[in-house]
Amino acid sequence: MKRESLLAALGAIGLVACAWAVPWLKFVLTIALAKGIAVLGILLLLRAGQVSFGHSMFLALGAYTVAFLAPAENEVLLLLPAAALVAGGVGLVIGLFLVRYRDIFFGMLNLAFAMVLYSLLEKLYDFTKGTDGIRVAALTFAGTEPERGTQEWVVFGIALGLAILFGLLVRFYLGSPMGRALAGIKTRETRLEFMGVSARRVLLFAYVLSALMGGVGGALIAMTTRHVTPQIAYWTSSGELVFIAILGGAGSALGPFLGSVAFELVRVYAAAAVAEAWQMILGAVLLLVILFAPGGVWGLLSRRWRA
Amino acid sequence: MTDWFADNSLLFGLALLDGLANAALIFMVAVGLNLVFGVLRIVNVAHGSLFAIGAYTAASIGMFFAARGLPPWTGYVALVLAAVAIGAVLGPLIERLLLRRIYGHEDVLQLLVTFALFMILEDVQKLVWGVQPVSQDAPLKFLGTVDIPFGEDVIPFTAYQLFVIPGVAVVTLLGLAWFLRRTLTGRVIVAVTTDKEAATAMGIDAARITLLTFSFGAGLAALGGALASPTLALVPGIGAQTIVLSFAVVATAGLGQIEGAALTALLIGLGRSIAVYFAPEFEVVVPYLIMVAVLLVRPQGLFGVIETRRV
Amino acid sequence: MTEAVTRRAAMLGAGATAGSLLFAGSGAKAQGKPSELRVGITTFLSGSASVFGVPAKQAAELLFEELNKAGGIGGVPVRPIFVDEAPGTDHLVGEFRRLVQNEGVQLIFASISSGSCLACTPLSDEMKKTTILWDCGTQRIFEEGQHPYAFRTQGYGTPEVLAPLLYLLKHKPDFRTLAVINQDYAWGRDSWELWKSAMDVLKPGVRVVAEMFPRFGATDYSTEVTRLLAARPDVILSTSWGGDLVTLLRQSAERRLFDRSTFVLPVCEPSLPTLGRTMAAGHIIGTRGDHWNNHPSPKDPARLKRFVDAYRAKYNEYPIYPCHHMAQAISATQAAYAKAIAAKGGGWPNDAELAAAFRGLTFDTPTSSITLREDGQGLEDQIVGISSFNTQYPFAVPKDMILFPAAMVSTPVGRKSVDWLKSLTPDFLNQIPAPIAG
Repeated sequence: MKRESLLAALGAIGLVACAWAVPWLKFVLTIALAKGIAVLGILLLLRAGQVSFGHSMFLALGAYTVAFLAPAENEVLLLLPAAALVAGGVGLVIGLFLVRYRDIFFGMLNLAFAMVLYSLLEKLYDFTKGTDGIRVAALTFAGTEPERGTQEWVVFGIALGLAILFGLLVRFYLGSPMGRALAGIKTRETRLEFMGVSARRVLLFAYVLSALMGGVGGALIAMTTRHVTPQIAYWTSSGELVFIAILGGAGSALGPFLGSVAFELVRVYAAAAVAEAWQMILGAVLLLVILFAPGGVWGLLSRRWRA
Repeated sequence: MTDWFADNSLLFGLALLDGLANAALIFMVAVGLNLVFGVLRIVNVAHGSLFAIGAYTAASIGMFFAARGLPPWTGYVALVLAAVAIGAVLGPLIERLLLRRIYGHEDVLQLLVTFALFMILEDVQKLVWGVQPVSQDAPLKFLGTVDIPFGEDVIPFTAYQLFVIPGVAVVTLLGLAWFLRRTLTGRVIVAVTTDKEAATAMGIDAARITLLTFSFGAGLAALGGALASPTLALVPGIGAQTIVLSFAVVATAGLGQIEGAALTALLIGLGRSIAVYFAPEFEVVVPYLIMVAVLLVRPQGLFGVIETRRV
Repeated sequence: MTEAVTRRAAMLGAGATAGSLLFAGSGAKAQGKPSELRVGITTFLSGSASVFGVPAKQAAELLFEELNKAGGIGGVPVRPIFVDEAPGTDHLVGEFRRLVQNEGVQLIFASISSGSCLACTPLSDEMKKTTILWDCGTQRIFEEGQHPYAFRTQGYGTPEVLAPLLYLLKHKPDFRTLAVINQDYAWGRDSWELWKSAMDVLKPGVRVVAEMFPRFGATDYSTEVTRLLAARPDVILSTSWGGDLVTLLRQSAERRLFDRSTFVLPVCEPSLPTLGRTMAAGHIIGTRGDHWNNHPSPKDPARLKRFVDAYRAKYNEYPIYPCHHMAQAISATQAAYAKAIAAKGGGWPNDAELAAAFRGLTFDTPTSSITLREDGQGLEDQIVGISSFNTQYPFAVPKDMILFPAAMVSTPVGRKSVDWLKSLTPDFLNQIPAPIAG
């Protein structure tokens, strides 16, 4: 446990150092942190043995909330909670229906909702500008409008702060009785019910929390890229989030961030090295991780300590 | 309202013809996916890639035959050859080298292995066949068109679309039903689908059955691709489009249900083609709306059996 | 202790490298002549739009190779760095930064997709890096904002839709019904809005019998073709391209839809070699510009032939319009550097001076010359014709071509395309030039 906190602190310092040393990486790392926050949500559901193959819908909800609201209200400190609220709210509504399902049905229904959202974002052209996407208006931070260099640092800082906050929250939650009951859904759901715990309620709570974190991740992505397109809701984008969860390792709240940083870096460097075949390289990395290090990056690190 | 139906009944007729071919193609892909899922409990994301590779291979073989000056009907041989080649070579290769290593691991890992495979195969297709649209329409041209009366007018349909595509799907459906119910291997597959643990306990060679089923499913995906290839232009990305639709079919149908897959494919195919006439904007979401609606009423899928809960 | 020292040394070293990386891309400071001119090029290398992206990349590699053999630009060899547009905006925007801040590119050729261009152009403002929009067609870029560092070295949606419409009105003035079948994404929607705005004022009263926007990347059009066969419109408009268009046209050919309706296909040129003889004769075809292989009177016939022959020799296929658009971006870059270096008395231009050289620049293409207007938009002539077959090409080429001068069919600076198109009157048709000989 101590090691985990130490690693987290070292990681945070490392990220700041990287972002300072290589300016364009600051952007990549901000995206990685944002995705990491969304993947925390995947992690919660994985604890319950459920795979959401449509989690990118919450990313999209957060991102589009920012894009739609920004022209009217461009204060980041208001936009972030708004995105969280919208994603969490939709998560609650869909979740009430989804928590009745398990395994493939759960995964595929998530996929269905995500694809419906994706289609709507594309089809409602007058409203969403279709695949062209929406440019995010200039943002203010606590009333100030810093110049570009500072603003990149501010968004990076917010992402890092939120990543730590949500990481701690998830760790606390997984340690709480509600969090432990999640593992019960995976192994012995009926036993959970015998003990008088409503599995659906347990899962619903986790689902809403994961939706909310997805929304925050999406909002951060929108604030970083300053342009949102429907592709963020496509099924391959959801697949990416699950990919990151496994790459990082599902054993710790640190995993999603280890995974997302590794994922973005591999993608950036693969794209720079062989622009035509980056997808193949990512696929190969994923295969190697699953076959030889099923615990992900976190698993590798923690195994080392034990040895 | 009745007037509206009377006015549009002719158009409904046309939509029915198109929906049938559409449904047949969806069925061909989904049924393989469903079969594989039933036995291996893996949602094979790379199934769409196998569809695409089947289509490309069929087109390549067809063009090779055409370049050799062979008669046009050999285009049909090309379609079958492509499916057999994928089923007999690529299928076993994937099962033996990759999937076998992760049986018994968590579901999500198994899913992701096929996702990784999907990513790799997407680029492989590009390296092998390039990015320019590839097409080979000898089988389509060979049969020509059929004029369907439409009021005072006639609408030409290709005989391939009207007869060959639905025909192959029906033969596949009947053949599969016969195979699964009447042959020993088929019954064993059903047994493994229903209860793997019990089946293995009774001495069934699960390793052989999974290899067989996966290869068979791969062959079906490739056959679907090959069957579709004469009607479409093959470009990168068709696998990704196909698979996401098949996912919807599998979940709607119920696990391992071939008849369910057929009925769902029919619902989706008809739903989409009717939407093209009367609400084109909804065409894309029809499969998902059907899926959500079905699962609302029947949480285990159209034909699914409620699984006993593990205690 | 020693370990700590080495670690500190390493940290200092890392800091120093970091410092140099930090300043590598900042454009405002004076720049000497670099040892190499790096150009970042974003294009589709995967996914369905790679049918455009990969040939364009091939053209760039061919042309830069030739250029470097001839001594590069201002004596500096050029190195292209390609980036795949397919993974999406968040990735692309990061790659743009990487190209500028890490690779130290001098300029960027941005994007086939309009979405990518809309995301990259504001970055060019922020990072003050000259950006050539080398293929995307959205009219929104220069009509909805000012971008001091962005230039488009080819035409855009408005002229590319208006020219085929004018051709149709000249060629088949008595049509009464029309159906549209476009890909469901921004270009498909925008091009229909542009077309309809102009058609409603130039020929009021045309009945639109079907409006269909099939999914982008749809693999089957049989239902749509049936509906078009049943509706029997006089004219079918489709601005689709790539695999989608090939599938649509093959299914149309097979089911004799070409006999029932006249097609207008403004973006079909890249698909014609794939279609071969499957394409029908007698339909209106466009190429997003004037660069047809059988252009009857190109400005520099030898240069056109040289480019086409070299491309065919190297890649065993005909160059398609994205190749020409890439060539235009490269020609413009050469011309702008020549202008900027001359203006500085032989010195190497910084970012602001380079951008200044692009504004108002006129450069030659093999077929014509293109001028970049004060808003950054290029004026590229449009040639539209009727599909036909001859012995020279194994695929359809246009005949009865009309050359629409760019200034005639482009929205004037400072106006919005839809408003301008709605303000046209039927007299506008009198301005249509006569077909060019050939």
